[in-house]
Amino acid sequence: MTIEIHQLEKIYRVGEERVHALRGVDLVIQRNEFVAIMGASGSGKSTLMNVLGCLDSPTRGRYVLNGRATHKMGAAALARVRNEEIGFVFQSFELLPRASALKNVMLPLIYSRFNWLEARKRAKRALERVGLADRIGHRPNQLSGGQRQRVAIARALVNTPSILLADEPTGNLDTATTREIIELFRQLHAEGQTIVMVTHEEEVADAALRIVRLRDGMVTSDHPTRRDPTHAAFLQNAARMAAEAAGEALPAGAE
Amino acid sequence: MVRTLMIIPRLTVQTVFLALGQIWANKVRSMLTTLGIIIGVASIIAVVAALTGLRASVLSEFEKFGARKVFIDGRVPRELRNRINFRDVQLTLAELDAVEEHCPSIEKLTPMMMMAKSAEAGDTKLDGVQTTGIWPTWHDIEGRAVLIGRPFNEIDERERRDVCLVNEKLIEDLGLDRDPTTQTIRLSDRVFTIVGVVETVTFNIFGSGESNAEIFIPLATAMRLNPNGWINFAWAQMRRPDQAQDAIAEISTVMRKVRGLEGATPNTFEVRVIQQFIDGFNRVAGAVTAGAGGVVGISLLVGGIGIMNIMLVSVSERTREIGLRKAVGARPSVVLLQFLVEAVTLCLVGGAVGIALGQLMVLGIRNIPGADLGRAVAPAWVIVLSVGFSAATGIVFGMFPALKAARLDPIEALRHE
Ligand SMILES: Nc1ncnc2c1ncn2[C@@H]1O[C@H](COP(=O)(O)OP(=O)(O)O)[C@@H](O)[C@H]1O
Ligand SMILES: [Mg+2]
Repeated sequence: MTIEIHQLEKIYRVGEERVHALRGVDLVIQRNEFVAIMGASGSGKSTLMNVLGCLDSPTRGRYVLNGRATHKMGAAALARVRNEEIGFVFQSFELLPRASALKNVMLPLIYSRFNWLEARKRAKRALERVGLADRIGHRPNQLSGGQRQRVAIARALVNTPSILLADEPTGNLDTATTREIIELFRQLHAEGQTIVMVTHEEEVADAALRIVRLRDGMVTSDHPTRRDPTHAAFLQNAARMAAEAAGEALPAGAE
Repeated sequence: MVRTLMIIPRLTVQTVFLALGQIWANKVRSMLTTLGIIIGVASIIAVVAALTGLRASVLSEFEKFGARKVFIDGRVPRELRNRINFRDVQLTLAELDAVEEHCPSIEKLTPMMMMAKSAEAGDTKLDGVQTTGIWPTWHDIEGRAVLIGRPFNEIDERERRDVCLVNEKLIEDLGLDRDPTTQTIRLSDRVFTIVGVVETVTFNIFGSGESNAEIFIPLATAMRLNPNGWINFAWAQMRRPDQAQDAIAEISTVMRKVRGLEGATPNTFEVRVIQQFIDGFNRVAGAVTAGAGGVVGISLLVGGIGIMNIMLVSVSERTREIGLRKAVGARPSVVLLQFLVEAVTLCLVGGAVGIALGQLMVLGIRNIPGADLGRAVAPAWVIVLSVGFSAATGIVFGMFPALKAARLDPIEALRHE
């Protein structure tokens, strides 16, 4: 078992006001699953991801990661969990602008047990995995958006995390690049990587094997992708539109 | 904990390079930030180096005086200032004879009777030439070489002969022959025969660095020449340099007895040895160093506040970066360390620039004309101290910004614009 959360609540205090971002979420994610988390804007997706990534701690509830109760941990222990167990991919990449791709990917290893040579070797391997072996000396501003996100993914993978978390990884990318990144995720999953990914695009969620839907901080549906009603409707719609497009493309009078 | 210790050296090295890169990228800003430290370090180095040079000069001057010399003169004690006059306390020959006879640690002594006289040779006349009445023992005590002719002897003294010794400067000023022995000069309308030439000495510290024309005559002759004059002071010589305490005690006892000073009556004379002059100088030097230390403390404080300010700017400029580092596993202690190392690196760079600047100032000090500070050098301890204080400034003033960085919440830091 990889992720087990129980009755997770997160309440933000903004002045006098209290925002209930998560209202009792239960979720179990097994090793080598590929889960898409979907929901409208403000439904609590990012909040959930931040808790899963140990970047934020829940107000109430339990979060057990690989058998360890993270909701009981202090800042230093959580940092160690982030370093060793979790790879996080952000929507806005979050690369260090003045560092090369290689240096960026090496960043998590600075805080782990590897010496510089080992770290360098691992970082190179991670960049190879995401198809950027020939770009290791480039700085972020010398890379395209898709390449930047690949660097960020390589950084997330470099310390062989047990889960890869991605919060709208394609949110800042165009359609073609989005497909490339999705293809990369599919490939990583095929190699055995557990992935949890937030998206609001059904097309992106299609790569996942399971879709969890949130609304107002609560899980409203949790199905394998093939059996998710909303996704099925999306697929039907897409097929119909493709057929229509194909129909229109036929020469007039063929009917 | 063990993990933290394991990654500290590597992280420190990386952080130092990172910090150096940032300092290099913002050369002007870093310079201004560390100006207080630069000035503080440079000035303490310059001051200590100057004092070291001054001490070397002073000590060698004192050595010229001689380690065995004891200075005796009459002095009106503070308590008796209204009742007696300085003429009442001047040394007498009888007193000096008693000292010579009854102080076992004293080998010999000479009174010194100093006058300013007009000296004439041919048509040339010099006013205010320093003319000193001495005993023949003066030669052993002062140790000034007789270059030409002969030193004084007992007969000159006993018979109050009108003979004199001159120094090279006087020969030059009066236009005498290179070997002036057997030539005569007139002092206060008496004719003196020159019997010898003594070397000229320069006292750089106490004098102007120039040498004066000097004439020496037998003490007995001097007393006859100047019946209303008095013995200004006396030089005595100890048998061994380590007898200073004994010499002072013996001379004091004898003098008090001869002068009939009893009970709590204060001394109407003074006995000093070279070591006391050296101690006095060291006290002054210590006070100057302490004063300079105060100035340096203030500039380090100013420098430290500059460092704190720039580090706070750095933390706020790099909030997102800090958030990212935390997100990928940097523990608070590691972030704290990183910013402390950065502050310390900045301070150490400032300290290094300050040391370099200080050394340049030392070069300048060495070449100040007439200051005789050629031996000015910054001792190792002041450099070590400068480095230590720079690093300490970095730690003290970098702590608050570093704590601020360490306490940042990763999510909030990543959301920062
Ligand atoms: N730091 C915060 N302070 C206050 N409210 C927050 C904060 N972060 C998120 N929220 C609120 O919590 C809710 C869920 O936000 P979020 O998890 O970002 O949603 P999503 O990622 O699904 O768009 C929203 O109402 C949002 O306004
Ligand atoms: Mg979001």
